[in-house]
Amino acid sequence: MTTVLETRVLRKAFGGITATNDVSFTLPAGARHALIGPNGAGKTTFVNLLSGVLLPTSGSIFLNGEDVTEWSVRKRSRAGLARTFQINQLFADLTPLQTIMIAINERENAARSWFRSFGARKDLVGEAVELIESLNLADVIHNRVGSLAYGKQRLLEIAIALAAKPSVLLLDEPAAGVPESERDQILNVVAALPASVSLVLIEHDMDLVFRFAKTISVLVNGALFVEGSAEEIARDPRVRQVYLGEEVINHG
Amino acid sequence: MSVASATDMSAAAAGPASLRLMSAARWRWYEFLFWGIAVACGLSTLAPALGFTVPVIPTKLMLMSEILILGLLALSIDLTLGYAGLVTLGQGAFFGIGAYTAGLMAKYGAGVAPLSDPLLGLLGAGLAAGVVGFATSFLVLRGSDLTRLMVTLGVALIVEELVNKLKDITGGTDGLQGVMSSSVLGIWDFDLYGYTAFWYALGITFLCFWFCRRLVNSPFGYSLRAIKGNALRARAIGMPVNARLIQVYTLSAFIAGVAGGLLAQTTQFASPDMVAFHRSADSLLMVIFGGAGHLYGGLIGAAIFRVMQDFLSNITPQYWLFWVGIVLILLVLFVRNGVIGLMMAASQKYIAKVPPKSGALK
Amino acid sequence: MLTILFDGVAYGMLLFVLSVGLCVTLGLMNFINLAHGAFAMAGGYLTVVMMNWYGISFYWCLPAAFIVSAVLGVFLERTLYSRLYDKTHLDQVLFSIGLIFVATAAVDYVMGASQQIINLPAHLNGRFEFLGASIGVYRLFVIVICGLLTVALQFVIGRTRFGSRLRASVDDGRVARGLGIDVTFIFALTFAFGSGLAGLGGALGASILSMDPTFPLKYMIYFLIVIAVGGTTTITGPFFASILLGVADVAGKYFVPSIGGFIIYSIMVLVLIFKPEGLFARSTKR
Repeated sequence: MTTVLETRVLRKAFGGITATNDVSFTLPAGARHALIGPNGAGKTTFVNLLSGVLLPTSGSIFLNGEDVTEWSVRKRSRAGLARTFQINQLFADLTPLQTIMIAINERENAARSWFRSFGARKDLVGEAVELIESLNLADVIHNRVGSLAYGKQRLLEIAIALAAKPSVLLLDEPAAGVPESERDQILNVVAALPASVSLVLIEHDMDLVFRFAKTISVLVNGALFVEGSAEEIARDPRVRQVYLGEEVINHG
Repeated sequence: MSVASATDMSAAAAGPASLRLMSAARWRWYEFLFWGIAVACGLSTLAPALGFTVPVIPTKLMLMSEILILGLLALSIDLTLGYAGLVTLGQGAFFGIGAYTAGLMAKYGAGVAPLSDPLLGLLGAGLAAGVVGFATSFLVLRGSDLTRLMVTLGVALIVEELVNKLKDITGGTDGLQGVMSSSVLGIWDFDLYGYTAFWYALGITFLCFWFCRRLVNSPFGYSLRAIKGNALRARAIGMPVNARLIQVYTLSAFIAGVAGGLLAQTTQFASPDMVAFHRSADSLLMVIFGGAGHLYGGLIGAAIFRVMQDFLSNITPQYWLFWVGIVLILLVLFVRNGVIGLMMAASQKYIAKVPPKSGALK
Repeated sequence: MLTILFDGVAYGMLLFVLSVGLCVTLGLMNFINLAHGAFAMAGGYLTVVMMNWYGISFYWCLPAAFIVSAVLGVFLERTLYSRLYDKTHLDQVLFSIGLIFVATAAVDYVMGASQQIINLPAHLNGRFEFLGASIGVYRLFVIVICGLLTVALQFVIGRTRFGSRLRASVDDGRVARGLGIDVTFIFALTFAFGSGLAGLGGALGASILSMDPTFPLKYMIYFLIVIAVGGTTTITGPFFASILLGVADVAGKYFVPSIGGFIIYSIMVLVLIFKPEGLFARSTKR
């Protein structure tokens, strides 16, 4: 199987704290991979390194075989790496349709135009509408994003990432903070993602992880603790200890 | 549901959705009204010749030209502030550069016919300001709003110092005398009453406005809104954020330069006052008065600001700053989006009471 | 040569006292109060009124200027400024420009547009020679007062319980709140104190800086430069920035008067470009 995303001894230090500690990680094409770990294990830092929001202290990152370590967020995105954010990063004053159109225009290099009307290209609008419908956002397509329910905003967060037609998608806690009633919608959307997209799911919620992930990496204190198939990880006593240990600390 | 039928359905939905997206760019009745009023103001000056008497307006022709020009300057700020979210406290620098460029071209080009052509002068003014805008645009890409405010202010202060110190070229504090543009399009001379000046300013302002209107309703314009909304997300969808900001900042400088050139040509004068700090501050205030992010805000703001200045200065000369300050404080504390924001809130209340016939449009 | 250095240091010390309150409040609340100079103007004009109208001694004017400006500061902070902490920098800037306009027009209305002149006590006038430098007695007085204030400030911030709470709040307001520190109270107090210092600076500077209604606008740029160069996380940063600016400004005006303000504006822009992190290290990280 081909590798789409790879890190080699990736390290990120903030002052004296090593948030990512020599992580070597490979993601095969079509993967359904979960990245788990207790609070403060460095999951989000790792995603920020992969997507280029942060630059690593040392080590390198490869996307589809190319060294992208020094690339900007934008360049990685155009090379097929999309992500969602743990905290919504949306355009509050626009509508979902406008938001998705902006993303599609960017992908199609149609956003440089100064004189075309926004929304004049029916083919692209059709694609945007289709994407929005497939993510259960059709009923709010013309509403102001800032006024949407939180669950809808989380869906839009995924929709924007998908609009770039990525080959690798990093989902940073897609269901975090979503009320129970709206949770299923997001789970279904994640489950229905096409196989052409290789998926990395960063999650805290074990139910979600074991529902979708075929393979799992456990991150502890910034370092890769253990990797394996979902079954192996579920049975691994060390993983249990890590989580139980955390529980004890939490309650203590 | 099969994939094919889903695609068909969205294809069918694409039409209305596309129209819905483009409807933001449609000309509305109040826009015709706005420009109609501007034209009517100009036409009213002909009234005395036809035997009517229209109070106030005819004597205020120069004031109206100035309002248009300040409106154009404010429009250039609205482009960066209202759409791209870039704050600037130094737009006066580009205005002044435009004014001096057009002024110098008219002054020294008097013998050399094409140089003193007013339209060419405006182009020169815009280009000169645009070049400086491009060069300084790299300074506003980094840092917080506060850094941007300080950098743009710093650039404006440097330009102001330059204008004051380069006496040989700019005439120093005395200003640039003897700015005489040739006739507009070779037909209309600039007259003493300011008829030509008014129509010329109106024409240029409208042209620039029309251009900006196309721009903000283009994919480019929406990418600016995205940057303003969330630059991190804009980058994550692959948007070249810095390049877009450089483009819009340069364009905004160009338009501010054109506005400056217009003022120099119509008043036949360029002075350090045109690059002073208060230009930058005033023009920013006009956008805030009117409401940012609607293009009309700057024009409306300029009209209110200038009329208020004219009115209050007659009652209490030099203390009108006091009232500007009071209005500014009240605006920041209590009103969002200036006059346009107030009008939109009022119209929404009205719509809430009377349901419109076509419920689809906002 | 030494004279210029001396005058520059005196001027820089004065700038520090004028601007330190702004630096701390900016670091504390991420709030940019461009109208800071208005408090200095209040102190300066209070001195003018007390001395020229009522003939009160200059030495009484200094504490009075501090107290009145501080009270004015805390009043405005509680009534107006506190509503703006969660607004954008642009709103804050517009608001404080509005305040500057009101203050400028009000002072103009009451006191007139011309520059105010005060007559210092005779024993503070005059110069003497020292190591080949011509030292102005008043400038020495300014340096001593400002130096004492700086040492006192450093002590308060570095050694006292209030100081440690203040530093914690500047470092991370949220964490400080979580630790039970009353950041709002600390801020109000700091704002008052900073305004008071500005007022005192205005009183001290009434005879050196030109005291007229445009004062807040004229010195706004100086304050901004101090912030730009010195940063907002310590008070030693603004201190050295002020001294540097004072010396550069005095020397610039002396040696190359034709260039005028050009030097300091360029310094500001250059620092902002090449060392923006020296500026707002915390807000540039998005």
